[in-house]
Amino acid sequence: MERFVDIKSQMIPLDMTNVDTDQIIPKQFLKLIIKSGYGDFLFYDRRFGHDGRPKKDFILNDPKFEKRQILLTRDNFGCGSSREHAVWALFDYGIRVVIASSFADIFYNNCFKRGLLPIYLSQSEIEYIFNLVHTDDVIAEISLDKQTISISGKKMNFNIDPTRKKMLLEGIDEIGFTLSLNDQILEYEKASRVVDYNKYLV
Amino acid sequence: MGKTLFDKVWDSHVVIDDGDKNTDDTNAPSLIYVDRHLVHEVTSPQAFASLKQSGRHVRHPELTIATTDHNVSTENRTLPIVDSVSKMQLETLTRNCKEFGITIYDINSPEQGIVHVIGPELGLTLPGSTIVCGDSHTSTHGAFGALAFGIGTSEVEHVLATQCIWMYKPKSFLIKIEGNPRKSHAITSKDIILKIIRKIGTDGGTGTVIEYRGDVISRLSMEQRMTICNMSIEGGARAGLIAPDETTFNYLKGRRYAPKELELEGLIEFWRANLKSDANAKFDRVETINVTDLAPQVTWGTNPSMVADITDSIPSPEEFAQGDENKRKLAVRALEYMNLEPGTPLTNLHVDRVFIGSCTNSRLEDLIEASLVVKGRKISTKVRAMVVPGSQKVKSDAEKLGLDTVFKDSGFEWRESGCSMCLGMNPDILLPGERCASTSNRNFEGRQGAGGRTHLVSPIMAAACAIKGHFVDVRDWL
Repeated sequence: MERFVDIKSQMIPLDMTNVDTDQIIPKQFLKLIIKSGYGDFLFYDRRFGHDGRPKKDFILNDPKFEKRQILLTRDNFGCGSSREHAVWALFDYGIRVVIASSFADIFYNNCFKRGLLPIYLSQSEIEYIFNLVHTDDVIAEISLDKQTISISGKKMNFNIDPTRKKMLLEGIDEIGFTLSLNDQILEYEKASRVVDYNKYLV
Repeated sequence: MGKTLFDKVWDSHVVIDDGDKNTDDTNAPSLIYVDRHLVHEVTSPQAFASLKQSGRHVRHPELTIATTDHNVSTENRTLPIVDSVSKMQLETLTRNCKEFGITIYDINSPEQGIVHVIGPELGLTLPGSTIVCGDSHTSTHGAFGALAFGIGTSEVEHVLATQCIWMYKPKSFLIKIEGNPRKSHAITSKDIILKIIRKIGTDGGTGTVIEYRGDVISRLSMEQRMTICNMSIEGGARAGLIAPDETTFNYLKGRRYAPKELELEGLIEFWRANLKSDANAKFDRVETINVTDLAPQVTWGTNPSMVADITDSIPSPEEFAQGDENKRKLAVRALEYMNLEPGTPLTNLHVDRVFIGSCTNSRLEDLIEASLVVKGRKISTKVRAMVVPGSQKVKSDAEKLGLDTVFKDSGFEWRESGCSMCLGMNPDILLPGERCASTSNRNFEGRQGAGGRTHLVSPIMAAACAIKGHFVDVRDWL
């Protein structure tokens, strides 16, 4: 996984709650067997009409928001399907940080596997940032190490647990790490358990 | 302090406990052992490819079981697959399974079906076990008292390689269901779970595992319980759980991969005594829902919390939002997308399509119940209706009962098993603007086809809707 590097960018204000993963990456793009190249399909049905033409009213079709790395949104972002393609699409499009008032569990988890940083803030903080973006189109500086978002001289702190932070900062290969704990897995597998679920499938 | 059912299943699967017992943000994840890993064609190809690239192998191919369900055709299977991209994905899974020695129930198998239908059917789903799958509706298996949850593709790769998964322990959420529905034969477990999501919202269960409990739950069959646990994820929960009881144990008997006879009896004794929350167990959150006056539930919007009674009218955004501006905006957009006017009675809504199927409602009992509504009646000439059994076994069992004839005689299409129009990855999709009564689980924008409009209902409500061509209160029919 790629390491997360601190970023400085203007934001894409996606003023919606409950953005589900079906919207982030519609099903027709889940048939691919590759792990990258999903950027063009991000929010596909929101971006393009049935005739394939860009919809003028969708924010990603406004050239002003091109190349921005931070998506600002609201409650329950990434709800619904477990498709990690949603994270891949955001990442491939160029998004590196999603700031929201809350995230769905599986999506939040998936972010860390690709190097996307999900930041959750209180609803009032989110409201505050939306206002700043709408009035001044401000730039945000994000430091994962310090766990801060700096906007127009004001600093806000965000929470992230140390394990996930370390994974992002160091770009850790999680499977390699788990395999280094093989002795403990073997110990669990060899221990006598009241119900040994493994035996019925052999 | 006592333990919850969730605590007990969790504790018996902890390989490495790195966290303390809290689940706040400073907590560390634990390494949890996975007893069953279910795999399908859509979320696994990248996991297998990456595994190979790293020179790693599948740690326990015998604990990994695959099927093809998401983008299989539900039409005649003797014909070649037209969609070359789908074909490639299906072939990729078959090849990966062969290479790594994983059992696969593919499109030619008499056991093929939706992964969450065949798991229980084959006896793979056992009380007290842990089950993961790259699919959010893995929560279905919680109906057996198994801790079952959906994971992303990177985690699929992690489980293939290590048979374990890192997890932050979710909080516990008890939902007590009280009362007995009047006209109970017309109120289904689908109505109960839609009512629950209507109450807690689509993120009400975020960060939790929900345990469902109550007399109503105890009386439900396993298939009905699966419908409830299946949609836990639509309330945001990681998993749903129902404590196993005699109904559960009876279901397991004679299933292919379930323990046999004396051994099963011994296990049942242990499960009966242990797999339930202790009386003094403390839950992080408790909600009570009374279902005495529950009416058939219908979704009107674009997320599964936008639900109304069949006797209601489409709410205004203000009514729905109760003062929450973001919710109001969401409802405005939902009504626009759904092309609905506030104040319209739900029974006035005409549909173009009816879909009976999906991992939520495609099991034998669902089809039996729907067939009772359909029997001897013809579907509306303005409706195209289809039944997609959850598995080949459901299909053949239903055919033994003559259900295929009942449905076909009334004008339904009787199709092969798969996920089908629940998410429209195969040719079964809605056209832009089409309105559908669907027994599936998600009414998101474009879920069943770009521009398609989905209303989630129970199988009997969907069946009645097909006959009339618009929503009706099925209580008047039964």
